[in-house]
Amino acid sequence: MKTRVATFTVMLIFWVVLSGMFDAFHLSLGVVCCLLIAYFSHDLLFYGDNRYPLGRDLLGLAAYTPWLLYEIVVANLQVAYIVLHPRMLELIDPHVIRFKTRLQRPIARVTFGQSITMTPGTITVSIHDDEFSVYALTRSGSASLPGEMEVRIAKALEPS
Amino acid sequence: MTILTILSLIPILLGLFFFLVGTIGILRLPDFYTRLHAAGKCDSLAAELMVCGIALYNLQPFNLANLLVSAKLLLIGAFIFVVSPTATHAITEAALVLGVKPWKRPEKRYP
Repeated sequence: MKTRVATFTVMLIFWVVLSGMFDAFHLSLGVVCCLLIAYFSHDLLFYGDNRYPLGRDLLGLAAYTPWLLYEIVVANLQVAYIVLHPRMLELIDPHVIRFKTRLQRPIARVTFGQSITMTPGTITVSIHDDEFSVYALTRSGSASLPGEMEVRIAKALEPS
Repeated sequence: MTILTILSLIPILLGLFFFLVGTIGILRLPDFYTRLHAAGKCDSLAAELMVCGIALYNLQPFNLANLLVSAKLLLIGAFIFVVSPTATHAITEAALVLGVKPWKRPEKRYP
């Protein structure tokens, strides 16, 4: 039920923003469509798992995103420095590192993998169970993994 | 030049800078994987900055229609935020599975 309400809310906001019509006809059309979608595919958008409250996940992600944005900017400047450096080939040292994560939930692992890919200098190649393969551009880029990012994701999404 | 125009110019110009760096990176870096770093990363930040800048610029004159257009622009930004790393990850794994050889740093460049 909870996932149905959440799906319906997200879909309705989406409808209103995209249609931009506020008369009764278009709004009721949207409500009917969103009800149908929420009824048929409520388990697609939100992972139905009653052990973890949805609100806490959203709050955790909202608290985590600003830090991620800051990290993206910092890492982008590092990559920009490498790319614009005249002797670029001496700065880079591409390699693959593997490490095990202590994150348990699939959503937390996906968030972690996406965050690693999003911060320049590192790309998540694969996630097999709890083993991450990360392709890094420099030694200093891979040295900080898993590190603070994993701790923050654990705080945001893992049960404490 | 209103204040909003100047405020929106800052992220747009920053985004242009990162797009430029990403392009230079694609041209300069030695192999497929390292080029993905430049392409996938600088581009995602650059695209975000430009979408935000354009959304700000679009708010003048301030009315409901422009607000809706800006909201749509921000939605595009949110989608890029999720989709871009997913695509980078998929391309990298596909290349590794197909056996594209990564560039290795030479042991000694200057004898």
